[in-house]
Amino acid sequence: MSRLDHAEAAARFIANEKHEAFHDARLWDLRKKRDREAHGIPEWEELRQLASDIKEHTLTHQADYLEEFERNAIRNGIKVHWARDAAEHNQIVYDILSAREAKTLVKSKSMLTEECDMRPFLERRGIEVIETDLGERIQQLDDEPPSHIVVPAVHKLRGDVSAVFARTLGTEPGNEDVNYLAESQRRTTRPYFLRADAGMTGANFAVAETGTFVVCTNEGNADLSASLPKLHIASIGIEKLIPKVEHLGVFIRLLSRSALGSPITQYTSHFRAPRDGAELHIVLVDHGRSERLGMQDFWYSLKCIRCGACMNTCPVYRRSGGLSYGATYSGPIGVIIDPTFDIRKYSNLPFASTLNGSCTSVCPVKINIHDQIYKWRRVIAERNQLPLMKKATMKAAGKLFGNAKLYRAAVAATETALEDLPRFAIYNWFNPWGRQREVPRPPNKTFRAWYIENRGKR
Amino acid sequence: MTSSRDMILAAVRANAPSPAIPMPQVPTFDRDGPSLLERFRAGFELLGGTFVDYVPGTDLTAKIGELFPQAKVICSATAEVTGNKSLQEIKLPADLDDVDVAVVRPAFAVAETGSIWLSEAELGVNALGYLAQHLVALLDPADIVANLHHAYQDPRFMTAKYAVLMTGPSATADIEGVLIRGAQGVRSLKLIPAPRVNVGKA
Repeated sequence: MSRLDHAEAAARFIANEKHEAFHDARLWDLRKKRDREAHGIPEWEELRQLASDIKEHTLTHQADYLEEFERNAIRNGIKVHWARDAAEHNQIVYDILSAREAKTLVKSKSMLTEECDMRPFLERRGIEVIETDLGERIQQLDDEPPSHIVVPAVHKLRGDVSAVFARTLGTEPGNEDVNYLAESQRRTTRPYFLRADAGMTGANFAVAETGTFVVCTNEGNADLSASLPKLHIASIGIEKLIPKVEHLGVFIRLLSRSALGSPITQYTSHFRAPRDGAELHIVLVDHGRSERLGMQDFWYSLKCIRCGACMNTCPVYRRSGGLSYGATYSGPIGVIIDPTFDIRKYSNLPFASTLNGSCTSVCPVKINIHDQIYKWRRVIAERNQLPLMKKATMKAAGKLFGNAKLYRAAVAATETALEDLPRFAIYNWFNPWGRQREVPRPPNKTFRAWYIENRGKR
Repeated sequence: MTSSRDMILAAVRANAPSPAIPMPQVPTFDRDGPSLLERFRAGFELLGGTFVDYVPGTDLTAKIGELFPQAKVICSATAEVTGNKSLQEIKLPADLDDVDVAVVRPAFAVAETGSIWLSEAELGVNALGYLAQHLVALLDPADIVANLHHAYQDPRFMTAKYAVLMTGPSATADIEGVLIRGAQGVRSLKLIPAPRVNVGKA
């Protein structure tokens, strides 16, 4: 697969100043709300440590907990399926649906089904799939993937949504009233809930002790998807496990506070057994997770609870938009997960970071995200996956920084150059930093020159 | 042929990181503060719920009528409120689509987050809590626990087929972050602090 050019894709997003400015401000607002909630809880840091410890405990006993979860789910009357990869997952879902002649599937947001590219697979086989989360529905109708794992259409403005709905749902062209747009989606989605043959959800957590899975949502669409049709299918990544019900207390307290800055989602729904007269199926999906578990530096990313806090705080993500990452997972968490799916395609992503560490500070399960980003850069360099341009510059920089005399000579030359060179020599294709910013004015003298003058004699 | 299940379990076992990390103990983080009812109310209202003034012992069916004078179809999953649509008549969950107001009595509530706890036992038909346009919850102030750690110690989590911690009406902020109450589920959630009658907790 060809290499994704994050910088080029981001440039297209940045070109639209209104969108970029709104995106940046909206996500930063989520970050501020998250801070307000976090600071309101004295035991916040203790909760983060507990969450991290519970996840690390589970991941180091993963096989046992998977077996326990399966055993309990089966005892409760749930059908449990296992899928090694995306293709097997999609086939299993299709087989369940087609065996029951199900033609219409209402589903709530699931990053796993995005990861598996399930919708087109089912649609090609004659199944009508309706995304019922508002943001996800906007993206479906616009034939775009979600740009954020929690707020899928956050890169769009109301005018964009209005245009998409006018084109696809027949709403009034030019009506950009947000209430009207949301109400239009409610009105047009409800009939699908009422007549759908099957409903589908993902899961935020799966509890080994009881065989329960938990879905956290705000719109009520997941519960409608699960409580109306006779068939409910849940796709669950194997890393969603936690050992006990009491552990939910830790994770539910952290999840929505980290994601949206609200104490809890409107609906925290626990599914332990099929309701009377209905069927409940679970597909446990690996799709690269067991392999990631064996990566010494990178298995910690499996602790992720998909809150999106790292995305909301990331200066690169906020200014480049989720679609520029070209993957289901974008932002800092995407940067450390995506290369495990395809190291060549995503070899550019670990460079979409300033390594400022803000992602690590807000992560509710204490994933060392920025360390992992740095380590991925090393892996990519070692496997010779660095883009040519980066390689050439890095090689030159390496020589320069490795030799004191060369470095000093270069600094002196650069200072003169920055002052004397015409703009085209600084702001050109070889200097990507100069494309969106001004190079700062060089200081009058280097620190070294100042030091020799002022302290050097002592 | 080895099943996918066995292959996944074998891979997970082979790749298990070491050393194994022990399971931590989770405290309940108890703290003094305003009364449980006050804390509950603050959380409930923060997420868009409406608290209703109620004189204990007065007629609840009349109260619902006062709150929703326009309502045509009222469906109650409680013995205390009489509606005009019976849950017993429901053949399919979709038959509840015309309900204007649904009434439930949560098994308990959580002060920290302002959430009410409902399972199939309290909802009668699970879809009732979502298809209705408006939902009213009757809560005994004695049924409130302090925080989520206490909530998750409730044994009903081990036995309910379905259970939801519901906090306010359905909501979305998916377009430009503009908050809309009444996304796909109920448009409003009202709470009447009405003690249980005829003694005993459910």
